[in-house]
Amino acid sequence: MSWKSYFSTSVGKKLQMSLTGIFLITFLVVHAYINAQIFWNDGGVEFGHLAHFMGTNPVIRTIEIGLFAFLILHVVQGLLLWSKNRGSRKSRYAVKKDSETSKWYSRSMGLLGTLILLFLILHISMFWAPNRGAQTFGDGELDLYAMMRDEFQNVWIVIIYVLGCISLAWHLVHGFYSAFQTLGLATNRYKAMIKTVGVAFSIIVPLIFALMPIAFYLKWIQ
Amino acid sequence: MEHYNMNLTLKVWKQKNKNQQGHFETFQVKNISSEMSFLEMFDVLNEQLIAEGKEPIAFDHDCREGICGACSMHINGRAHGPWHHTTTCQLHMREYKDGDTIVVEPFRANAFPVIKDLVVDRSGFDRIIQAGGYISVNTGNAVDANALPIEKHDADEAFAAAACIGCGACVAACPNASAMLFTSAKVSHLALLPQGDPERSIRVENMIRQHDKEGFGGCTNIGACEAECPKGISLENIARLNREYIAATFRGGSKNSV
Ligand code: SF4
Ligand code: FES
Repeated sequence: MSWKSYFSTSVGKKLQMSLTGIFLITFLVVHAYINAQIFWNDGGVEFGHLAHFMGTNPVIRTIEIGLFAFLILHVVQGLLLWSKNRGSRKSRYAVKKDSETSKWYSRSMGLLGTLILLFLILHISMFWAPNRGAQTFGDGELDLYAMMRDEFQNVWIVIIYVLGCISLAWHLVHGFYSAFQTLGLATNRYKAMIKTVGVAFSIIVPLIFALMPIAFYLKWIQ
Repeated sequence: MEHYNMNLTLKVWKQKNKNQQGHFETFQVKNISSEMSFLEMFDVLNEQLIAEGKEPIAFDHDCREGICGACSMHINGRAHGPWHHTTTCQLHMREYKDGDTIVVEPFRANAFPVIKDLVVDRSGFDRIIQAGGYISVNTGNAVDANALPIEKHDADEAFAAAACIGCGACVAACPNASAMLFTSAKVSHLALLPQGDPERSIRVENMIRQHDKEGFGGCTNIGACEAECPKGISLENIARLNREYIAATFRGGSKNSV
């Protein structure tokens, strides 16, 4: 069998979802670590160092292209699978008690993913896009710390960010475990461990992200 | 527990054939004993319909002891009804009480077209097995039993996977109408044994391709299949199928693949 089958069989496609998903999970760790530097409450000095490095280092900038490619693959393949799977039962049940046999978030990955995507469009257009725009066409990097401080004075932005983090958390509760199950690693011996680590990850990382707009809004950090 | 009798309202899916639209019809059954099985309750209903000169309801059944997998019914929103690890024939009427309404539908999936009423065509499963669920054995003298040592753990796992009765509850329950639990059970019970080793790469590839071709949805690791499987087939088998698939891509192409 060839690698091409990863683009034709249903199992190959879900391996794409798993591998791109694990890459995105890794990205979340890096992103959360760097942004958590704001909690030093040092006026953005520590954060600024790392943000400058991430925004200018050629290796990181190359990985960034890969990040967007994987993100787009994850989104497009996810939506295609969602519509294919939904279409696999054209005549629907009059009564179906899904909640007795599975978890709502496992059944709602398409919806949760779409919410995250909508949030991401807003998020990228607020920080990443203007910054790269200024780097390429303007006078160089923007002061992202000051931008965060300003944007997160708006309660609606804070609420949207918190909702985005909640969608991410539920998406991860299924996605983290699912990625490893797809790789065939969630055997009886490791399944409980993977699920536990997955749930812990799904709580901790989105919580760190959610605390950032909240902290600025409540002036915990200036 | 006390035995009792009950009167029930049944809303049953009626459909003439593959091409016609189906609909629900409502029936009343009286004096159903709590000791009857769900299928025996249907026997009572059908005798009643025949006595009234009406057409009985078509449903699949064979062993009526939970081992053949024929008795596909989707009962009040659950494949094979509400009991854990249970086929329809093993569901008993003591689950219900007098005056209950029960909705009975066929298993629904594009890959399981309705033939008539509650009977669905599950021959897609047969074609998945034909695509790779076999081993090649040289003819000649029979090999001594136990000539091939098999580790106890592997033997047990293979046996557990082989317990799949092809009932289709996994497909019926899956929000994606995926047959991955079934396919993984069929891949697993051979992949775990030395006899299944020579064809392991083409087996997993051909069975997955056939699975997709039949129109079953893809697996997204939701787990409703495992919760609904009457034989307790574990999701670990799907993990194993995925490992077999990944390993097969590393081993490279095969001439025999479809
Ligand atoms: S895996 Fe379980 S639910 Fe699916 S066909 Fe086999 S026995 Fe039935
Ligand atoms: S009739 Fe054979 S399992 Fe129910």
